[in-house]
Amino acid sequence: MLTANHLSHTYGSGAGAHAALADIDFTVEQGELVSIVGPSGCGKTTLLRTLSGLMRPTGGSVTFHGDEIVEVPTGLAMVFQDYSRSLYPWLTVEDNVRFPLRRLHLPKEELRSRIDEALAAVGLTGHAAKYPGQLSGGMQQRVAIARALAYRPEILLMDEPFASIDAQTREDLEDLVLEVKQRFSMTIIFVTHDIDESVYLADRVVVLSKPPTRVVTILDVPLPGERDQISTKELPEFIRLRGEVARLIRHPRDAQEPVAAAAG
Amino acid sequence: MSAITSRMVRKQSGRRRAGGRVGRGIVGVAVAVLAAQLLSVSGAISPTSLPPMFEVLGSTGHLFVDPSFLREVLATIQAAVTGLAIATAIAVPAGLVLGSFRLLNQAASAVVEFLRPIPSVALIPLAILLFGQGAQMKVSLVVYASVWPIFFNTIYGVRDVEPLAKETARIFRIPPLRVLTHVLLPSAAPFVATGIRVAAAIALIVTISAELLAGSADGLGAWILRMSSGGANLALVYAGTIFAGLLGLVVNWLLVRGEQRLFRWRREGVGAA
Repeated sequence: MLTANHLSHTYGSGAGAHAALADIDFTVEQGELVSIVGPSGCGKTTLLRTLSGLMRPTGGSVTFHGDEIVEVPTGLAMVFQDYSRSLYPWLTVEDNVRFPLRRLHLPKEELRSRIDEALAAVGLTGHAAKYPGQLSGGMQQRVAIARALAYRPEILLMDEPFASIDAQTREDLEDLVLEVKQRFSMTIIFVTHDIDESVYLADRVVVLSKPPTRVVTILDVPLPGERDQISTKELPEFIRLRGEVARLIRHPRDAQEPVAAAAG
Repeated sequence: MSAITSRMVRKQSGRRRAGGRVGRGIVGVAVAVLAAQLLSVSGAISPTSLPPMFEVLGSTGHLFVDPSFLREVLATIQAAVTGLAIATAIAVPAGLVLGSFRLLNQAASAVVEFLRPIPSVALIPLAILLFGQGAQMKVSLVVYASVWPIFFNTIYGVRDVEPLAKETARIFRIPPLRVLTHVLLPSAAPFVATGIRVAAAIALIVTISAELLAGSADGLGAWILRMSSGGANLALVYAGTIFAGLLGLVVNWLLVRGEQRLFRWRREGVGAA
């Protein structure tokens, strides 16, 4: 559905050039939740900006349904880490959710039902008339998620969406993502620096190296579909996976993957 | 609960502080009036230069209920408001467009830097030549003078727009014109409003100056000029001047209140829930 083909990106040129992405290759299939995890400063944000079409990569390409992405395609939405800046503070919660829908020229009833459904899905039904500034960080990020849901994208990119949210709220929001994925059968790319989060949420985990960034390996997550913050994280398989991801991030060269060998 | 209580307490104490400020302000004004009265009555300043302040205040009070005077004030306000409205209609779109396109802005800045330092009062003779001595002349000068603060504040406001707000609009494929009107404009609106408030004060000053210097047929400035050329009515000249000052205060107060209502979303504290 969405494929990165030898994607690379270098900022600047000459001596001051910084190669953020060296060679990124992976494919996300319909209905999958793929998490992308890597050491800090590994160009995750650059990757998401090129995947979404906000920025053209300097090398390689991204295709969406087989077409090369040159600008943000229809059917794609993104939830940013910095929810407080991504929401429009002068619009109420409801109007924030409504804002991207105007362009879609939906019938009135569908517009209404999409907004209501999205707000209900994130548990904000009673807060439609409030302004973002009146809500806590966790609730603001729920608004941003609701805005993306009401837009009904085929693929949703999430850029470390819960990085600045407290642990308890974060677990709730992780479960919200899983629930939403199930309910709207959405394809999700979830970028995070949190190893537990990357394993807990994902069907597959893409592990990135330090910049110039390559894909160290892609791990399948054979955990049961129904996940639970406590019991899933107690499973031996979960513990093994998180250990493996952690090792791969710390010592990518020790990994047996040929991709990593090629990097050296 | 405790958070709510502490917020209420803070609000109340804020109100008390504001009340204290108004109270001290009143004391300050009273002291100044008393001092002026003493200066005049004691003969330190000749009453032909400074009439007793109580007399001046009495005259000012009478002006509030003098229909022929109020007609003059209305003429002034009309010219100032018309000019301000036209200036806003020019400056806000211009600022939005020039603020969002760097190249366009650089091209325009040479013209702007030449026009801006020309004092509007220096344009009065030109305005009289072009528009005569009537309302049109006043309005044109007000437009010229008050366009700048609104224009520059709009540009600053647009440049201050959160990059992520624009990026979010790109993600949802919002068309450029709608981004201009629905993202850049509301985001810059608090800056624009400050510009309009500054421009409103300038509009009043320029209108009254134009009336005074051009010898307009009507308006507060024309009225003050008539009273002063009579010579005998010094108290009324002071009263008219005080009235002009009060007018400026009221306009400013109204606009500040308007901004507070319009931009309520800005003052809400984060984490209230």
